[in-house]
Amino acid sequence: MAINVRLFQRTKELEGKVDNFFDQLSEAAVIYRLAVRGYLREAISDEFTARLEHVCEIEATADRLRREIELSLYSNMLIPDSRGDVLGLIETADEILSLLKSSLWAFSIETPEIQEDLNAGYRRLTNMVVKAVDELATGCRVFFRSPHLVSSYNAKVTLYEKEADKISYNLKKQIFDTNLDLSVKLHLREFVDRIDAIADQAEDVADRLSIYAIKRQS
Amino acid sequence: MLFDPLVLLFLSSGLFLGWALGANDAANVFGTAVGTKMVSWRSAAIICSLFVVLGAFISGAGTTHTLGKLGAISALPGAFMTALSAACAVFSMTKSGLPVSTSQAIVGAIIGWNFFSHSPTDNAVLTKILSTWVMCPILSGIIAIVLIKIYRFSCQYFTVHMVRSDAYKRIALIVAGGLGAYSLGANNIANVVGVFIPVQPVPSLSFGNITISSTQQLLLLGGFAIALGVFTYSKKVMMTVGNQLGRLSATAALIAVISHSIVLFLFASRGLEAWLSNLGLPTIPLVPVSSSQALVGAIVGISILQGVSGIRWMVLGKIILGWIVTPVVACFICFIGLFFLQNVFGLAVV
Repeated sequence: MAINVRLFQRTKELEGKVDNFFDQLSEAAVIYRLAVRGYLREAISDEFTARLEHVCEIEATADRLRREIELSLYSNMLIPDSRGDVLGLIETADEILSLLKSSLWAFSIETPEIQEDLNAGYRRLTNMVVKAVDELATGCRVFFRSPHLVSSYNAKVTLYEKEADKISYNLKKQIFDTNLDLSVKLHLREFVDRIDAIADQAEDVADRLSIYAIKRQS
Repeated sequence: MLFDPLVLLFLSSGLFLGWALGANDAANVFGTAVGTKMVSWRSAAIICSLFVVLGAFISGAGTTHTLGKLGAISALPGAFMTALSAACAVFSMTKSGLPVSTSQAIVGAIIGWNFFSHSPTDNAVLTKILSTWVMCPILSGIIAIVLIKIYRFSCQYFTVHMVRSDAYKRIALIVAGGLGAYSLGANNIANVVGVFIPVQPVPSLSFGNITISSTQQLLLLGGFAIALGVFTYSKKVMMTVGNQLGRLSATAALIAVISHSIVLFLFASRGLEAWLSNLGLPTIPLVPVSSSQALVGAIVGISILQGVSGIRWMVLGKIILGWIVTPVVACFICFIGLFFLQNVFGLAVV
């Protein structure tokens, strides 16, 4: 009896940690959008710095959760069947958090000068990327409870990633059609790539998630 | 009446068979759970041993009665040789890499004794036993299919977190393993001590008001022999079975073990037999069946649901070959052994 109580206690804790990890991912994506919008409005400001720090904190929390989940899975020998899949999922999802953080750090350090007429493009791109991450986080949470429902979330991630690619292509064309110096153009393009890479990573994680979901259903 | 030490020598062949049964068949019950690290070997061995002994002691009489009807061996040396030849058949078949069943070996050996002693083999009982060998894997497969259908249906309506579902599966594997071990003890104890029961080689024991009959002592002793096999040799076999079945998911493995346990229980439960009989329904014969074949039947059932191409026809062919070869080999060894025991050692085997 005592063994069962302990087992369910550990299970409940781990369940909470897994859900919390994906909550952190969703939250970080929302803060990221607010931070980029803030930057587009008034470049580096107190508000932007606060958002950057918030994303860094979330990333640190998610890292801690990832380590605790890994430790719990191996030391308590939980879900031996899907342990590798869960760890793969969490590790690749953690890379999205790193990309969100490094992208904001790049804004903070390199302070790119974004022209007024390019703002809309950056804003749309950021929105699309954040939507992809948000759908992915929901899909990941659903994977742990109803793997047969994962495909609809993954389809949305793929759709948003494709839209993000289109926006990034048009935005790059718009950048290189301006009269700015080549160095500035390259700098601005670099930031388009940085933001777009987040959606690419979200799609990679979604692809993994699809396979894991099929495995769980078989 | 004091216990004759020579009796222990004669019983040793049955106990050896019990030890081999514990070492091999415990893997059918807990192999997947231990192999996939869902349950530790130590916990599995303790639970398995406990329930095997309980199953043998409480419900073991039904199947032993059927074996007694097939051939009432009347002398201890005869019973010794019957059990020894079954053990030798199991050993030689295992060495040849053929899947083997102690149930089939002991039935073959009893028929060998019948041939030697010119005792008539009860064809009705023999037909009953042979039909259960075919029924056992088929029934196990059908139960597995029904269980997996129920599981898949219920999964659409109940959303349980993967981690919690894992905890439930862990507990279910322990419960199913306990049930499986109980059923194994109840069903297969007949193979271990069944041939000694008509001889009644040990006197009854009395502790105040409690009397333990010769049959009960044999059942208990056989249960301990199986438990010893579980503790001393099953770890390696469990790991092998777990890895062989590695391609099965934990859910499929759990369903295979539950189906196997239910089938073994059905073929050993006197209570169920009485209940069906009271309702005027056809009863399930109380016959020792092969736990390996029950497990394989369940796995084939699950494979059918996933597509017939997944079935390993070679393995199936080997199992069917085992059904025929095992009893024939045991029968032959028993006949030759009894001849030597009677004519070379001058022991009364009939």
